[in-house]
Amino acid sequence: MSLEIPVMTAPDDAADAAAEGSRRFDPARLLGFLLPVVVFAVAVSVWEIIVRVNNIPPYILPAPSAVIATLIKDWGTLSASLLVTLRTMGIALVLATLGGSLLAVIFAQSRLIERSLYPFAVILQVTPIVSVAPLLLVYLDSGTAMLVCAFIVAFFPILSNTTLGLASTDPNLRNLFKLYGAGRWRELLLLRVPSALPYFLGGLRIGGGLALIGAVVAEIAAGSAGQGSGLAYRIVESGYRLNIPRMFAALLMISFTGIVIYAVLALLSHLLLRRWHESALDRGG
Amino acid sequence: MTSLAMTSLAKPAFGAADPGRPVAANRMREGADGPPAGAPLVTLSGVSKQFKNGVTALAKLDLTVRAGEFLSLLGPSGCGKSTALRLICGLEQRSSGRIEWAQAAKAGPRGRPSIGFVFQDPTLMPWASVESNVFLPLRLENWRMRDAAPRIEEALTLVGLADFKKAVPRELSGGMKMRVSIARALVTRPSLLLMDEPFAALDEITRFKLNDDLMRLQQEIGCTVIFVTHSIYESAYLSTRIAIMAARPGRVIAEIGIDAPLPRTEAFRREPIYLDACTKASGALHGAMDPKDHL
Repeated sequence: MSLEIPVMTAPDDAADAAAEGSRRFDPARLLGFLLPVVVFAVAVSVWEIIVRVNNIPPYILPAPSAVIATLIKDWGTLSASLLVTLRTMGIALVLATLGGSLLAVIFAQSRLIERSLYPFAVILQVTPIVSVAPLLLVYLDSGTAMLVCAFIVAFFPILSNTTLGLASTDPNLRNLFKLYGAGRWRELLLLRVPSALPYFLGGLRIGGGLALIGAVVAEIAAGSAGQGSGLAYRIVESGYRLNIPRMFAALLMISFTGIVIYAVLALLSHLLLRRWHESALDRGG
Repeated sequence: MTSLAMTSLAKPAFGAADPGRPVAANRMREGADGPPAGAPLVTLSGVSKQFKNGVTALAKLDLTVRAGEFLSLLGPSGCGKSTALRLICGLEQRSSGRIEWAQAAKAGPRGRPSIGFVFQDPTLMPWASVESNVFLPLRLENWRMRDAAPRIEEALTLVGLADFKKAVPRELSGGMKMRVSIARALVTRPSLLLMDEPFAALDEITRFKLNDDLMRLQQEIGCTVIFVTHSIYESAYLSTRIAIMAARPGRVIAEIGIDAPLPRTEAFRREPIYLDACTKASGALHGAMDPKDHL
């Protein structure tokens, strides 16, 4: 008697099922999308009703409609401020990405360097940026200080995650590279960097949000000196003028910007990992 | 080039309907340099390995691996089977003793023996396609993809995955991933194939199938195989020789030759020579077990 076994085993059934699931209409999935939108709309409506029913003045609590009206009316000023904040955040994020990745690669090459420099990165991370910003404003011009603030907070998650990713390479694959005589740099480029990609992208997503927070915190710290013109500066300025609807409008723009940054980085992560990494696979649910 | 008879080239393996296989097997065989069949390929003399934590994994291991044979290292966990493989391929450095290669085996890159290694897990790069995974050893030997393409095609044809070149590992079943791993080990046309419990994590049906495929493959390309396993039955079915190892410290305590031609079929499992090999291996293993292991 011989075993009759198909030569080709069928590809992963789970993957097929997931692909099939994504094509089929799924009420639960639609509900998953709709529910947060409905809850948000209800919350905003309740806010609007409370303000209108109680006749709360806008300098105490503006209604959502007043915030939107202010956003439209002051769009010129607010959008210009948004660009300033985005510029600070963008440059800081690029520098943090380059710096964090490069330092992680250096750490991966030498445990001695990692042990020597990692404490500095930790110190920068654990020291509240609100307390560091005024100090930076003493030594640097306000533009550079804001950039450094945003850089400091965005840098650590990228460094930390990428270092972890580079250190988490499959030891058997490393053995394989050793067996075939691969040098350190080829192992880095062909094995360790792709292995670390999901970790790096996770760090980038966190770093993107933190870069915005860093930029806003630095702007608030510098705002009283009248140096800045970013969104946070507009919030401080509006507070002094009791223009609360504009404060809310600026706050809304910051929140929306943060969501867009996160969504863009999450999309980038999905596009790069969707074919192979567990975190980006469509599980049909 | 080995002097093994190519009697099994006409026999189907890894996909019965593939007419290209014998050609692929011939080509793979052409590259498998080494000493003549039966001549020593690698000899371990008094090899010991002590780790930094003081554990002695191997103590004065003597083992001669002959060209063309299918040698199984059988023993309980912790007896140094995997360490022996890693010493042979240079992933670990021995603490003492000698490992000598036949001059004819040193045909690999930089004058080293050409060795293929299959781990217990498929150990594939999840981001790379099947083709890129199989290309890896050649890429590390500075081959260009267009020059390596025929070899990759041959290796994938041998394991029956020529149609899955563009798939990524997650799109494959466990058995298919292991076939990719074997194709990757074979693409350099090694004179020695080291396999560290490659089928231990697979279900029994897939394992039986891959056992048969591996036997035929070994005959087709004529390479020497050292196969680490915990399974008495698997070692008796696949091997021409079983080296039984004991732990504390790791050493070879018995060798059992199985004088039956390869490849074998399911009918071999009912033959006296198979049953005899299983009985002897089982007896040797029990005899060598530390009394503490019986608790």
